[in-house]
Order: sequence, then structure tokens, then C-alpha cells
Amino acid sequence: MHQIKVVRNILLGIENLLLHKLRSLLTTLGIVFGVGSVVAMLSVGEGASKEALEQIRKLGSNNIIISSIKSIDEEAASTTHSHMSIYGLTYEDHRRVAETFRTIRQAAPVKLMRKEGRLGERSLELRIVGTTAVWFELVRRPVMAGRVLLASDDKGSLPVAVLTEFGARRLLAGEGTIGQKLRIGSDYFEVVGIVKSESGQAGNIQIPDQEIDVYIPISVAQAYFGDINTRRTAGTRERELVELHQMIVAVETIEDVEPTAGGIEHMLGRFHKKKDYLVSVPLALLRQAEATKRTFNIVLGSIAGISLLVGGIGIMNIMLASVTERTREIGIRRAIGAKRRQIIGQFLIETVVLSIIGGLIGIGLGVIVPSLITFFSGMATVITLASIVLPLVISGGVGIVFGLYPAVRAAKVDPIVALRHE
Amino acid sequence: MNAGAAKANDGIVQLENARKIYQMGHQEVKALDGITLTFRRGGFWAIMGPSGSGKSTMMNILGCLDRLTSGQYILEGRDVSELDDDSLSELRLRHLGFVFQSFNLIPQLTVQRNIELPLYYLGWDASRSAERARELAEEVGLEERLGHRPTELSGGEMQRVAIARSLANDPEIIFADEPTGNLDTATGEQILQLLVKLNEEGKTIIMVTHESHVAVYAKRRLHMLDGVVERIEGDG
Repeated sequence: MHQIKVVRNILLGIENLLLHKLRSLLTTLGIVFGVGSVVAMLSVGEGASKEALEQIRKLGSNNIIISSIKSIDEEAASTTHSHMSIYGLTYEDHRRVAETFRTIRQAAPVKLMRKEGRLGERSLELRIVGTTAVWFELVRRPVMAGRVLLASDDKGSLPVAVLTEFGARRLLAGEGTIGQKLRIGSDYFEVVGIVKSESGQAGNIQIPDQEIDVYIPISVAQAYFGDINTRRTAGTRERELVELHQMIVAVETIEDVEPTAGGIEHMLGRFHKKKDYLVSVPLALLRQAEATKRTFNIVLGSIAGISLLVGGIGIMNIMLASVTERTREIGIRRAIGAKRRQIIGQFLIETVVLSIIGGLIGIGLGVIVPSLITFFSGMATVITLASIVLPLVISGGVGIVFGLYPAVRAAKVDPIVALRHE
Repeated sequence: MNAGAAKANDGIVQLENARKIYQMGHQEVKALDGITLTFRRGGFWAIMGPSGSGKSTMMNILGCLDRLTSGQYILEGRDVSELDDDSLSELRLRHLGFVFQSFNLIPQLTVQRNIELPLYYLGWDASRSAERARELAEEVGLEERLGHRPTELSGGEMQRVAIARSLANDPEIIFADEPTGNLDTATGEQILQLLVKLNEEGKTIIMVTHESHVAVYAKRRLHMLDGVVERIEGDG
């Protein structure tokens, strides 16, 4: 019974609003823009979070990436002839980090060098990644064929190699390639597997793997290629000695990430005279995304707030005018026996219906705007159920807040006076 | 119509030393100045008097639209002088019907919806209300007009809609405030005939008018002057 009455009241409200279509539409514009901003805000914020989570997934949320970097004075010194720069992480660093921190579950040492690889007729400039089986635990990528490196490969110093899908395609390798020999420099490696690879940046952190990678056991890399890299550039020969180019460390839980990173930073600082390493934390991306989200929320939230306020006042204004206009109607209803609260209900429902209609139009607008943002700025946006339900609730709330005063005014109308009202 | 109301002199409406005083600036206006009066069930009353005599105030008080400053108003054996706004609304909704000079139909609602208005507040469902509205429209001869809006009707038709609406809740008393004031003589006569018929069917009718040719349709005529009853004519 009660529900039926509410439905009837809502239908009556809609009927009344339809009597003044243009006026109702104009009245509700503030709500339309306010709600539109809320939807857009939520979807941009949601998009930023999702993007960050995606990046963290690529990097590994529990990972800490420590990279060797050439310190600034080394950079200056290396311009002189036949100088050899020595910098970066050492095997000792790896051992020490892996043994010192109890929060660390696994640590993969990484040795990098660029060399040409040749498979049959085809050749490709490869990035040789000398590492251990742990790498594949920390940088998880789907295995396309064969297997990844094993601990026994490293222990036995077996000349095996794992290609990326991209590298395999460029070298015309396929499933049949497993077992074939890949030549790197003057050495031969048996291709044992093919994995997928990610590439590019995540935030300001380089993703550990690249498309042109080939993975070989670190013991083999060290034995075959040594620790000294020589680069020839325009007549000068640059030589540098770097034991490890990277270390990827995984901690037990996400809460351990930041303290452990701090600890590693501190420990490396004690053993390195120069700052020739960089500790990056993928989790920091999440903080960045949260900061972006916050900024967006503040900007769009203010716009939304102002629009909703203006919209609410607009609705209140028009409802007050409507109360005056309909004084006689109110008087008639009161004379017939309508109670004050029923008059309040009638006007309140009308206001709420009006603002919810505005809210629905606003949601439509708010769904279009994020796709335009994505189109023009490339910023990811995601529309969730919450980003539609919340604005709807807000618009209903605006209707109640700003409809209450006109409704109470309507209920205070004296029927005797109202019935004489012209 | 309970047993309590049926006893004594069968008064449906009783006023005991009823006073209504308005404050107009510094001046007090005694719209009702101590009236004691009984209206019998089934009566047809015309309240007459020049403007300012207090006849409109009398009507508002009796119609539970306004409250006395002092004194007692007993409706159906029940003292309603001290009731709050909600209770008075409830009384109007269940026991009273109103017909006004300017019809007071809601212009954006159809004839049917206007007639249904009291039923809506009584909580009737849509189909029952529609049925009742049709019955009432037939009773006042407007069954063809149910889908029209008031603005498409003549004055007489509008007043008949208003009468149908006043009957929707099957009231004991119908208040008619200058019901023919906006109508030509012939149409007015039809409306008055309709009121007479309703009175014959058992409704108590209390009509306010300042025209004696209208008042003759009533069984009793109450002449008011300066907030008091000057004289009562007729019987019934």
C-alpha cells in the first residue's frame, strides 16, 4: 500500500514537471553538470589507480629494483682517453643484501650487455641478461615454449639461452628452434625456451625486461664475457667494469617493501663511496597514482561541489516559485484533508525527482566526458558501478536538502488564505 | 454517525459561546462574538449577511479550516475546538465536503483526477478510485467529461465537478461557499437543485450566500451581523 503510494507520488511529480518541460530542464542543469563532474572525477581517479596497478603488476608489487648507475664524476672522467670506469653493484652486494634482510624472499642478480646474436641466417642485436632462475620468479612472464632457466643451469655453467617471443620472431625461431644453437659473439648457446616480454616504462621506472632480451645463466655470462664492457664511440674506447647491472629483490609482504628498500639504500651507502646505484620501488607508483587521484578529486570535486550547490539553489528557487504559483492548489488539497506532511511529501518528491532526472542526464554526460579525456589526453579512465550509483545518491540528496525548505513553505500555506489566492 | 451523536436534539454541529477575534493592527475585530447555536442533522442552512458580518469566518470554523479563539465547537458529539492541525485535516478528509464560489479545481488535473483527490488522501487504490469517480460523475451528469481538464468546461460543469469531488469521501456535511456566485442564474439554479437533491438524500448542507434568491433553497436561513446571529428564519 505504502509503496504504491510512493510510486503514485513519483508519477504525479513527473507529471507536474512535464507541464513545464523547458523550465524543469533549465532548472536541473546545475545538477547535470555537478553530477557529470562527479562521474568524470571518479572515472579519472579510478583509471589512474587501475593504470598504476597494471604497472605494478608488470614490475611486481613486492619487488625492489636496484640498478647500477654511473655517478656524475665517473661520467666526467670517462671522457678522458683509455680510462676505465668502475662502478655499480658487486657480487658481494648481492650476497650481502640477500643474506642480511630477513624480509627478502628472493634476490636475482642481473648482468647486462649488448651483443649480436645469430641463429642460422638471421642476426639481431640482443641484450644479454645474465641472471639466475630467480629472475623468472620475480619477473613473471608466460612461457611460450620450452622452459626458463633453472638453478642447475647456473650451477653447472651450462651454455643455455631463453629467448623472448619478440626476439624469437625476429630470428625466425619457433617451437622447432628449441634445442638449436644461438651464437652470441663467438660462443654457442642452446635455446631452451621462449618467454613473453613486456617493455617500456612504468611511471618513471624502467620495466626489468625488454623485447630484445636473451637470458643466460649468470655464471656463464661471467665466464664467457667477463665483467669488463668495452664500448667504441667516435674514436674513443670506453671501458667500464660493472659486476652487476641490476638486482631484483622480492620481499615477503607488501608492508615490507618500503622499509626493506630503505634498509638496502642505507646498507649500500655504507659500502659504496659514490652513489652509483639507484633503488626504485614499484609500489611508489601507487603512491603517485594516489596523488594524481587526489589532485583530480580536489579539482573536479570543487567543480562538482560548486555546480551541485548552484544547481541545488536553482532548484530551490524554482520550487519556491512553484509553491507561490500553486498556492491555490495547496489550499485546495489542504481543505480536502491533506495533512501538512503530505504536502511536504508532494513537493519534496517533485524536487527529488527533478534532481534525480538531472542526475541521470549528468551521468550520461559524465560517461561521455571520460571517453573524451581518454581520446584527447590518453589518460586512462574507468567507469565503475560506484561512479554511477554515488552521483545518483548525491543528486537525490541535493533534491532532499534543497527541496525541504520550499516544501515546508508549501505546507505552511494557510488554506483559508490560499483558497482566496488569485 | 455514532450513537452518541444521534441522541439529544440530534445536533450534528454545535457552537457554545464561540468567539473568533482577529488582530488587525491595533484593532480587535470580533468576527464571531459569542455564538451559541445547534445545526441539526439533515438540515439545509443558508448563512447570510453583508460582508464583514462574520459569515465567512463561521464557515471556516464550521469547516474545521480555522479554530476558535474561545468557546466550544462540537462536531458529531466530539469537541474539536482544541484539535491540532493534523486531526482537523483528518476530520475534513473523512467527514466534510467543500464547494467554493470559484470552484477551486486543480487546473492541471483531469476531471477524474480532481474527483479522485480526496480518495487519494484516503489511500484508495487507483482502480477503486476510478470507479468511484465514474459513479460520482454520473451522479452529477458529467460522465462524458472525465478525461477533460477543468479549463475545457463551462462554469456550471466545473461546479458540478467540485460537487462530485466534495461527495467522494461520502461526507456528513457539505459546506458550500457562495456556490452560485460565479454562475448565471439558470446554471446557478441547476447547482442549487443538485444541492437540494443531496440534502434530500441525507446530507447536511451549510451554504454561505448573500443573495436571498439563493438562500430560499435552504430550509433555514441564518442572518448574521457584526459577528452575532441576528435572526433565524424557516424550519426543518
